[in-house]
Amino acid sequence: MIAIEAEDLKKRFGDVEALKDVSFKVKRGEVFGFLGPNGAGKTTTVRILTGIIKPDSGRARVNGYDVVEETLKAKEPIGVLPEVSNAYPDLTAWQNIMLIASLYGMRKRDAEARANELLKEFGIYERKDAKVRGFSKGMKQRLMLCMTLISDPEILFLDEPTSGLDVQSARMIREKILEIANERKTVFLTSHNMDEVNMMCDRVAIINKGKIVTIDTPEMLKSRVGGSVAIEVSFGERVELNMENAEKVGDKYVIYTTNPYKTICEVVDFARKSGAEIVSINTRTPMLEDAFLKLLEVEG
Amino acid sequence: MKCLAIAKKDIMMYYLKGPVVIFGILLPLFLFLAFWIGRELPLNFLMAGLISMTVFFASTSVSPVIAPWEGQMRTLLACPVSTSTIIFGDIIASLSFGICISLIPLLLAFCFGFTPNHNSCNTSGCLLLLLPGLAVLSLSDKPALDGHDDLIACSLSANIHKRNFHPCSGASSLGKGCFNAFSSHVFPDVARASFGMESFLSVYMDFIALLIFSVIFLILAIKLHERALLSRIF
Ligand SMILES: Nc1ncnc2c1ncn2[C@@H]1O[C@H](COP(=O)(O)OP(=O)(O)OP(=O)(O)O)[C@@H](O)[C@H]1O
Ligand SMILES: [Mg+2]
Repeated sequence: MIAIEAEDLKKRFGDVEALKDVSFKVKRGEVFGFLGPNGAGKTTTVRILTGIIKPDSGRARVNGYDVVEETLKAKEPIGVLPEVSNAYPDLTAWQNIMLIASLYGMRKRDAEARANELLKEFGIYERKDAKVRGFSKGMKQRLMLCMTLISDPEILFLDEPTSGLDVQSARMIREKILEIANERKTVFLTSHNMDEVNMMCDRVAIINKGKIVTIDTPEMLKSRVGGSVAIEVSFGERVELNMENAEKVGDKYVIYTTNPYKTICEVVDFARKSGAEIVSINTRTPMLEDAFLKLLEVEG
Repeated sequence: MKCLAIAKKDIMMYYLKGPVVIFGILLPLFLFLAFWIGRELPLNFLMAGLISMTVFFASTSVSPVIAPWEGQMRTLLACPVSTSTIIFGDIIASLSFGICISLIPLLLAFCFGFTPNHNSCNTSGCLLLLLPGLAVLSLSDKPALDGHDDLIACSLSANIHKRNFHPCSGASSLGKGCFNAFSSHVFPDVARASFGMESFLSVYMDFIALLIFSVIFLILAIKLHERALLSRIF
C-alpha cells in the first residue's frame, strides 16, 4: 500500500524553480527521510503534500486522495509539524491542543484523554494550564508535537522536528517518532541531521536544487561512497603519527583505508615502537554525511 | 462545526484582552455620556450615532485577529480545515463580540428612558446593523500589523464625519467602491430609521438592503482574505 505518492511535482516562485520533477512513493509504515541542503525544496514538497500550496504541475496523493482535488480528505489522516509554526501564545498549552483536536473533529472525551497522555509523555503536563508565551523553545516544540499527534494520525509529516533543540529534547522527540514508526505508521521526515536520518529512516531521498538525486536505504547510500573505512585512534600522549592518509582531527588521528587489518597492525606497531599508549581505537564505516556530500558533488 | 472552534479561540485569545475591552466598551460609554450630558442632544439622535460608532469599534478588531498570527496560521492550515472556514470563524467571533458591545449603549439608553419608535423592528434592526459593518472592516486586505490604534482613530473620525468616511487604508478598490455605496446611503439611513427619525427608504427596504449588503460583504471578505492570507504566509 502506498501512503504518499508524488508524481512530477513542479513548483516555481517567481524566478526560483523550487521543484523540478519531484517524484517518489512512500509505503505505508515506512519512515521516509527527505534530506537536502538549505533551499533544496524540502519544505516546498511538504507544503504541497499537506495541501497548503498547489503545485504548478504534477500530482500528489496522500492516502490515495489527490491533495489538490480532495484536500480535506487527504488531510484527515495526517499530522503535520510545519517547519515554522507556532502555538497561540495567549492560550494555554491545553487550549491549544483542544483547538487542534476540534479542528480534526475529535470527540471531546477522546481528545482530553489523549491530550493528558501526550502532555505527560512529553513532560509538559505540569505546565498544561500555563500560557504558551512563557514556554522555552524546547517546550514549545514539544507542545507542537503534542498538537501534531493529538489526532493519532496515520501519516506524519515532520519538517525538521529537532532543529535547534538541546540533546535531551531532540532525543525525546526521536524516541517518540521511532515509537510511532513501530506502530506501523508512516513518517515523512525532513532533516539536516544525518545521524537522525541514519538512525530512524527506512529509506532516504536526497534532494538538491529541486531535484531528487537518489532514493535508497541509508546503508546502501553509505556503501556507494566506496569500500573505505575510517580508523580513529588516540594516544595517551602527543605523538607524531606519520602514516599515509593519517589526519589529525582534534585529539585523535583518523586514517582512511581500504585494508583496515593492515592499517591497524601498522598503528599497533607504531605504538609499540614509540612507547605511546593507545587510549582508544575505533573503526567506522563512512557516515551518511560522507555519502550525502559525495552524491551532491557528483550532481554538481 | 469547525468554525466555532476558531471563533472560540479568537474570543479567548483576543477579545478578552484588556485593550480591546477598554476601547470597545469604555470609550463608547464615555463618549455617550460626554455627548449626552454636554450637549443634551435628543437621545434618539445620539443613539443612532453611538450604535454605529460601537459597531465600528468592534469591527476594527477583526483584522488584528487575522493578521499577526502567521506562524499559528500555518498550524491551523495543517489541519483538515479550509481557509474559508478559518476566516468564517474569525468573522463569527467578531460578530458576537460586536453584538455584545453594541448592547451596552443600547441598554444604557434604555436605562435613560429611551423608547424606540418602531418597537418591533428596532432591536433586531440594531443587531442587523452590525453584520455589514463588521464584514466591511474585514475587507481591508492588508490588515495593519501594529496599527490597531490607527484603525480605531480611523473609525472614530469616520463616524464623526458620518457621510464621507473611508474604510481602513488597505482596502482594495472593489471593497472601497462597495463600501462607499453602502456607507453613504444605506447604513446611516437604517441607523436613523431604527431610532425613529425620518429616513429616505422604508424601514423594511433598509433591512433588505442591509441583508443583501451583508451577504455581499461576507463573501467578498472571505475571498479577499483567503487570497491575502495565503500570499502573505507562503
Ligand atoms: N513563498 C516563497 N516565495 C518565494 N520563494 C520561495 C518560497 N518558498 C520557497 N521559496 C524558494 O524555493 C526554494 C526551496 O525552498 P524550501 O523552503 O523548500 O527549501 P528547504 O529545502 O526547505 O530549505 P531549508 O533546509 O533551508 O529549510 C528556495 O530557493 C526558496 O527561496
Ligand atoms: Mg525547509
